[in-house]
Amino acid sequence: MARVLLNVPRSARRGDVITIRTLIQHTMETGYRPNAQGEVVPRDIIRRFTCTYDGAVVFEAELSPAIAANPFLSFTTVATRSGPVEMRWEGDNGFAQTETRSIEVT
Amino acid sequence: MLAPRRLVLAAPALLLLPRGAQATLNEMQDAMRAFTGGAAVTRGRVAMDISPLVENGNTVPLSVIVDSPMTEADHVRAIAVFNERNPQPHVITARIGPRAGRAILSTHMRLATSQTLHAVAAMSDGSFWSDSAQVVVTLAACIEG
Repeated sequence: MARVLLNVPRSARRGDVITIRTLIQHTMETGYRPNAQGEVVPRDIIRRFTCTYDGAVVFEAELSPAIAANPFLSFTTVATRSGPVEMRWEGDNGFAQTETRSIEVT
Repeated sequence: MLAPRRLVLAAPALLLLPRGAQATLNEMQDAMRAFTGGAAVTRGRVAMDISPLVENGNTVPLSVIVDSPMTEADHVRAIAVFNERNPQPHVITARIGPRAGRAILSTHMRLATSQTLHAVAAMSDGSFWSDSAQVVVTLAACIEG
């Protein structure tokens, strides 16, 4: 399991625009970089990030090797209902990780 | 791990990137066309926030903000970022909608060299808007071993 840093507000008022910040530990190997032996290291990146909240995908991103190592993503969503905010990363070599945080909407 | 001294000595040789490791302007325009479906792109409504002088191309904070009410009737469907001179023209495509509340995307990207970046926003009415930003990079990404 890769380490993650997630910033999802614990509580919000209904209708508030909340900011979600995510960072996951990953090398994001570009596939262009030579190693110490001069051989090109094969690509190993996170290709897709999905955030699901209140029954719908609220944010989805396709990443390219141009995204820095330990990909950071920040986006917003409207607080609609108390419940889980699910974040999923998928990538090369079968990389997949899902993290869930719950939010209390009043 | 290379010792720092060896890394410094090897640096000039590593600067010689293999040919074709850099996207061309045409490739970037192809990538943008794939995103817009060939529709006309107008400048405006999109604001790119990136430092004009970057010391380290390995992690460059980048934000894209689109001027939109983000309602059911009028919202941003997607935001994409392209570059001219990295090995690949595409950086990120984010799909959002009225539930985003605001059209803001922030991430950290790599820059292989000084170049111009382009952000394109796809609106719910089918129009496309863009902004570009010029960035000077002193230490490039993608070259160290």
